[in-house]
Amino acid sequence: MKRISDHPILGPLPEAREVWITVDGERLQAREGEPILAALLAHGIHVQNISRKKKAPRGLFCGIGRCTGCVMTVDGVPNVRTCVTPVRDGMVIETQEGLGKWGDRK
Amino acid sequence: MIDTDILVVGAGPAGLSAAAEAARHGARVTVVDENEKPGGQLFKQIHKFFGSRRHRAGVRGFDIGYALLDEVKSLGVEVMLDTVCYGIFPEGVGLVVSGKRDVLVEPRRIVLATGASENPLCFPGWTLPGVVGAGAVQTMINVHRVPVGERVLMVGSGNVGLIVSYQLLQSGAQVVGIVEALPKVGGYGVHAAKVRRAGVPIYTSHTVVSALPNSDNTRVKAAVIARLDENMSPIPGTEKELDVDTIAIAVGLTPMTELAFIAGAAFTYSGLLGGHIPLHDEDLMTTVEGLYVAGDVSGVEEASTALEEGRLAGVAAAASLGKIPEVEAEEKKREIRESLRDLRTGPFGDARARAKEEIVNEMAKRRGKRSA
Ligand SMILES: Cc1cc2nc3c(=O)[nH]c(=O)nc-3n(C[C@H](O)[C@H](O)[C@H](O)COP(=O)(O)OP(=O)(O)OC[C@H]3O[C@@H](n4cnc5c(N)ncnc54)[C@H](O)[C@@H]3O)c2cc1C
Ligand code: FES
Repeated sequence: MKRISDHPILGPLPEAREVWITVDGERLQAREGEPILAALLAHGIHVQNISRKKKAPRGLFCGIGRCTGCVMTVDGVPNVRTCVTPVRDGMVIETQEGLGKWGDRK
Repeated sequence: MIDTDILVVGAGPAGLSAAAEAARHGARVTVVDENEKPGGQLFKQIHKFFGSRRHRAGVRGFDIGYALLDEVKSLGVEVMLDTVCYGIFPEGVGLVVSGKRDVLVEPRRIVLATGASENPLCFPGWTLPGVVGAGAVQTMINVHRVPVGERVLMVGSGNVGLIVSYQLLQSGAQVVGIVEALPKVGGYGVHAAKVRRAGVPIYTSHTVVSALPNSDNTRVKAAVIARLDENMSPIPGTEKELDVDTIAIAVGLTPMTELAFIAGAAFTYSGLLGGHIPLHDEDLMTTVEGLYVAGDVSGVEEASTALEEGRLAGVAAAASLGKIPEVEAEEKKREIRESLRDLRTGPFGDARARAKEEIVNEMAKRRGKRSA
């Protein structure tokens, strides 16, 4: 997993409780409280959705909830901005196709 | 129903300092921010601030952030996080709390401190994963402590481009170069010197012409840069392919003014300050009575100016409610305006100071016409 564990200014990475999320069927470890997108980047996942018209992969652009580049389907809810939505234990996250579909909500 | 004197939208440096200043003078203040953590862009700024000691030079952004939060808490300001403000209407201000609860607030004054968002740049390949905002990179590496890529090309040599390049190096990433369309570096010389000393080449009169994808089109594999002629057109034959997995875009910010627009505020245009900006007076009040703007939303500058503008709007809003005796309020405002002028010095600052002055003058002219 890729984390910036030592930093010359920020020091060592603080401890965080670990949580587990499921991304496209695969169980992955995440740090409690971090945005979904940060957990995905730590696992080297850079594609969040496939665009509607051109079917082109899209991902992070702004990181502050402005551009919708990072939207995914989370617990059955499409178009969730993963850069500003914190992970929760047991979350089910899917790479979204186009505008996405409503799934079974928990 | 939330009962409050002043509603502040945005808990970045501008919003928090507005709240602190108003609460210090006895106003009841509520701050809302859509994020689950307060601070706006402040906690990603791990570099030391510039300016004089009075402007907290030498202090890092996140330390200023923690101090402000403590202050706001001790003054009894209510901070509502995970709360989006979606509109300002004659009936009140619309908030959605935790994505579920719809709340209407009728504050007596509103301070908009919603900040700015990063500008994209269009070129073939610009939508590929790996083409990201420089601020987004800063957020990921400094706040969330995850790398965005290993080898990065930075586009734009303004302060954000330079600072984030240096922060990328601190995070362990490689910066293969910085391209700048203009013939000279845009940001402060000290920042440029720091990245150059670290071995990062700065290509002036250059731009990125395309991003090349990997085999399954899921990520940037390389960036093509080229030299620009005096008309800003790429010169054929000067293309150079750089082996990168990330292209960070640092070509400026646009103020997030939607709420002021919905409220019916008049706008003006300033390219230097980021685009369309709510017209405002010396107290940062817009053409809508009781609606103030502070920080990037009133013109994109820096965290240090956002802090001071927040104070100004906080004092002005509290004074207009009779919370501060007039003489004392005017004295305070004068002191803050002076401090802002100190911050807006140097080749970049002078131009910003003039642009800000033009906005205030335009507002005064408009008011003159109204009363004539
Ligand atoms: C990603 C990024 C990185 C930057 N890095 C630097 C840097 O390193 N150095 C520097 O000097 N400047 C930097 N800047 C410039 C920045 O403009 C200032 O430093 C400063 O943060 C501006 O303060 P502010 O309070 O106006 O806005 P912000 O700090 O952006 O705070 C605004 C807050 O309002 C919230 N908000 C917006 N709209 C709503 C709404 N409708 N409802 C609820 N909440 C809302 C936002 O989510 C945010 O938390 C950066 C800007 C960005 C966008
Ligand atoms: S990256 Fe822009 S909204 Fe998430």
